[in-house]
Amino acid sequence: MTPDDPATIDEICITALAEAFRGDGEVLCNPMGPVPVIAGRLARATFEPDLMLTDTIAYAVSGNLPLGGDPSDFTVEAYMPFRSVFDQVWSGKRHVVMGASQIDRHGNQNFAAIGPYRKPKAQLLGLRGAPGNLINHATTYWVPNQARAFATTVDVVSGPGYDKLAELGDSARFFEIRRVVTNLGAYDFETADHTMRLRSVHPGVEIDRIVEATPFDLTIPADVPLSRLPDAEDLRLIREVFDRNGVRKSEFR
Amino acid sequence: MPDKVMTEDAVAAEITSGMTIGIGGWGSRRKPMSMVRSILRSDVDDLHVVSYGGPDVGILCAAGKVRKVTYGFVSLDSIPLEPHFRAARQSATVDFTELDEGAFYLGLMAAAHRVPFYPTRAGLGSAMLSENPDLRTVVSPYDDGEELVAIPALEMDVALIHMNRADRAGNGQFLGPDLYFDDLFAMAGRRTYMSAEKIVPTEQFLAEGSVHTIRIPRIHVDGVVEAPMGAHFTECPPDYGRDEAFQREYAATAKEAEAWTDFRAQWLDLPSHDAYRQKLLERSNTAESRTP
Repeated sequence: MTPDDPATIDEICITALAEAFRGDGEVLCNPMGPVPVIAGRLARATFEPDLMLTDTIAYAVSGNLPLGGDPSDFTVEAYMPFRSVFDQVWSGKRHVVMGASQIDRHGNQNFAAIGPYRKPKAQLLGLRGAPGNLINHATTYWVPNQARAFATTVDVVSGPGYDKLAELGDSARFFEIRRVVTNLGAYDFETADHTMRLRSVHPGVEIDRIVEATPFDLTIPADVPLSRLPDAEDLRLIREVFDRNGVRKSEFR
Repeated sequence: MPDKVMTEDAVAAEITSGMTIGIGGWGSRRKPMSMVRSILRSDVDDLHVVSYGGPDVGILCAAGKVRKVTYGFVSLDSIPLEPHFRAARQSATVDFTELDEGAFYLGLMAAAHRVPFYPTRAGLGSAMLSENPDLRTVVSPYDDGEELVAIPALEMDVALIHMNRADRAGNGQFLGPDLYFDDLFAMAGRRTYMSAEKIVPTEQFLAEGSVHTIRIPRIHVDGVVEAPMGAHFTECPPDYGRDEAFQREYAATAKEAEAWTDFRAQWLDLPSHDAYRQKLLERSNTAESRTP
């Protein structure tokens, strides 16, 4: 695949996820999973140069590290073992991207378990770092299959949504769900009651398909923009630098 | 300096049924597996395991040794959810307290520092708090009056950790990319036992790694076990990486009882760590002879 081939859905999603970091400046950009990791590295390489990114092990690395690349080929700018990552969480200078097995219109997210928490039908990842992430700094969600994940209610709240904030008062002052990016579009919570809004539709996706894949009331503005298409430089970076082996495609099978 | 060298079985003899056991490492990384297997060989049960869990938690649960698990996660890393732990959760055969990963660190730190809790916002609004009635909040005594989650000290009777190098007195050194929280486990344990890939003279530490890697001071260590390949099949860089093929075989044993029984007999119920190493050697020789 050369940079001249038209963008495919995985690359459109990566670009939409990268857009979630626009304006972040100098924070720890901490995406989880191949598509979000490529997105974070793309954002830094193109329009958000001050982001700090890790090799996903223990080093903050400068330069365009490929997925699975050896950090010793790059410049380590800071040592960041897990303990330090938690310290960054609590400092607030971090923007994380996590997955969601279920997410509702308030942004409540579940990747812990399906069914009752104490005796689940299916144990998933667990709460992991979601409770601490949400309450401390910006969070974006990556949902490769919107129809499967968008839900009227979630079985377990790993990451709280905006409806939980009222009960929390001042303790929730650092809370922000920046964006939800799916295989169909990008969403935010920039409505009066902080419920989910369609922010942009991925090129080639009909609004009807979005409505079908959403079991709750979604705010759909009269004039919804298209998600930005990756330009030639974005495509070169994705295809020839960050992910030569096409690992990103595996999330769309 | 004291000499604290002992065997895995001597460590297991210090553990009694009902105890709380903290296990260092992280997921499928630098877990004190030779000591975990020594617990498996012993007749203790009813344990409360405190861990950033990996196969340590899965194996002890599958073997029926566990009453309760307190955890930040239980994962095999390359296999996101520990399959034996998944089975234990879905059948509700073990009690558990699940903490946010960072909150778990605060609980370890509280135990290490001998305070009842550390405060954090982590957990507010989430199932961590609403589904765990044992967790409580505190109100800041200062003018802000903010309500925070009080993460209780994760006190433990015994802590088990695995290092790359140790001396006979109980000083420990990690040579991989991350200490994880093993220094806090060592401090939190009323008694702490440390296995290491190699016991070296104290003066050799600086030839092995920088001064920043000598992170376990002997004042917190009660016993030292020399266990080459002691973390297998979890990773222990730079000495060795994770044995992914072995881990896949282990993970597959969660699918049926018979596979688990076979695996346990073949790999876990061995009389000693030396016997385990001998079997590993035979296994790798067989694998090599299969390669054309």
